[in-house]
Amino acid sequence: MTGQEIVFALLGAVAVGSGIMVVTTRQLVHAALWLVLSFGALAGMYLVLTAEFVAWVQVLIYVGAIVVLLLFGIMLTRAPIGTAPDLDSGNRWIAAAVAVATAALLVTVVVMGFGDAKMPLEAGGGSAEALGSAVFRTWVLPFEVLSVLLLSALVGAIVLSRTDIGGARSRGKGD
Amino acid sequence: MLEIVVKLALVAAAFAVLPLLVGQAEHKVMAHMQGRLGPMYAGRFHGWAQLVADGVKFAQKEDVVPRAADRWIFKLAPGVALVPYLLVLIVIPVGPGGQVALDLGIGVFFALAVMGVGVIGAIMAGWASANKYSLLGGMRVAAQLMSYELPMVFAASSVAMAAGTLSMQGIVGEWRWWWLPWQAVGAVVFFVAGLAELRRPPFDMPVADSEIIFGPYTEYGGLRFALFLLAEYAGIIVLCALTAVLFLGGWKGPFLNTELGWLWTGLKVGVLSFLVIWLRVSYPRMREDQLQKLAWAWLVPLSLAQLALTGVVKVATA
Repeated sequence: MTGQEIVFALLGAVAVGSGIMVVTTRQLVHAALWLVLSFGALAGMYLVLTAEFVAWVQVLIYVGAIVVLLLFGIMLTRAPIGTAPDLDSGNRWIAAAVAVATAALLVTVVVMGFGDAKMPLEAGGGSAEALGSAVFRTWVLPFEVLSVLLLSALVGAIVLSRTDIGGARSRGKGD
Repeated sequence: MLEIVVKLALVAAAFAVLPLLVGQAEHKVMAHMQGRLGPMYAGRFHGWAQLVADGVKFAQKEDVVPRAADRWIFKLAPGVALVPYLLVLIVIPVGPGGQVALDLGIGVFFALAVMGVGVIGAIMAGWASANKYSLLGGMRVAAQLMSYELPMVFAASSVAMAAGTLSMQGIVGEWRWWWLPWQAVGAVVFFVAGLAELRRPPFDMPVADSEIIFGPYTEYGGLRFALFLLAEYAGIIVLCALTAVLFLGGWKGPFLNTELGWLWTGLKVGVLSFLVIWLRVSYPRMREDQLQKLAWAWLVPLSLAQLALTGVVKVATA
């Protein structure tokens, strides 16, 4: 094994381990913080694979924005210190089975598809320039379709959150 | 190898010294603006050693963790708040050529991504203290970050578009004097959003002492509190350095760019730091709704307009 492979494997172990902690910890805020570690390790794996732009997007969007949003939501609703007994749902074993099955499916697909084929890592292959020209030349149509999807989600969120432009039923009682 | 070790040592030294310089300057500048003298005794000459004395005082204090607090998170939070700023300093160029510890191809993006992580430290502190004022402060920190991160990234990407690169050395290399008027709106948006992300006055609602004591840091004392303070001043250095590099031409000056590049960068960072202190003395604290309104109704549209302007000029001159 080369040094890169060892670092990659270690980061993978950290990502999976902290991912398991996210769903098994009995403290709500700890789950969000374990998620930070998981995302961070994932960003590290992207870095090892020379996809540096994706790695730092991962940090900026997921660690810097999504987790902060999660923490904000938790603090706004309830933020108990110590264990919360109601964090376990009755579906936990079904959920675990679905998770294991999904993981098995994905691993099987990757192994059947690529086996132990190796691809050479080229420096700069994941730079902003390479990624930008791929997204805006080859993949510009899916990219635009995705942005329309996001736009509709945005408009939907505004409609849901603004009572003054919603349907007659959702008009506030106060005014 | 030796070169990189020396550079990292220099970055570490800058990280240790510059925040203290800004802190001392804040003591003195604020005092004189308010018709006071500020610290005068420590170190004999105009109180120059005040912050060293403060450091000694902080180090002597008892290390207290509240009984109801979440011990691990509580202890981890100051580190999470401080380390990201150290990482950002590594990629900031002080002069042309090799005068940067690490010239990342996507330096701007790296800096913005890592700066956002530091805020998690304040949120962790707010939650782990088991104090309702801390928790309120933590929520305000989170709300503020979510609003101001967007215009900051937009403003930075406007410069990156203008220069055609995300590398900070590349951006300074492309910079011309007429970028000052061209990117002026972006510069103001970036600086204001950065101040808000650092929770500096007038954006210090999360630590509003008249309402929530000291927000997320209420329960902290001694060295851990000192680390949070250090993070704030290191953040000022990082923000001023980023603004200088992205919008004010970094190491480019009126003459001798190659030889005196570090001096021009230093001067710009110094002037911007003075501006940060000046703003603190001049403006009253903004209310939470005013904060949000400024971000969403002013900074985001302005930064989008700047992006459009950058794109139009770029295409027209290409």
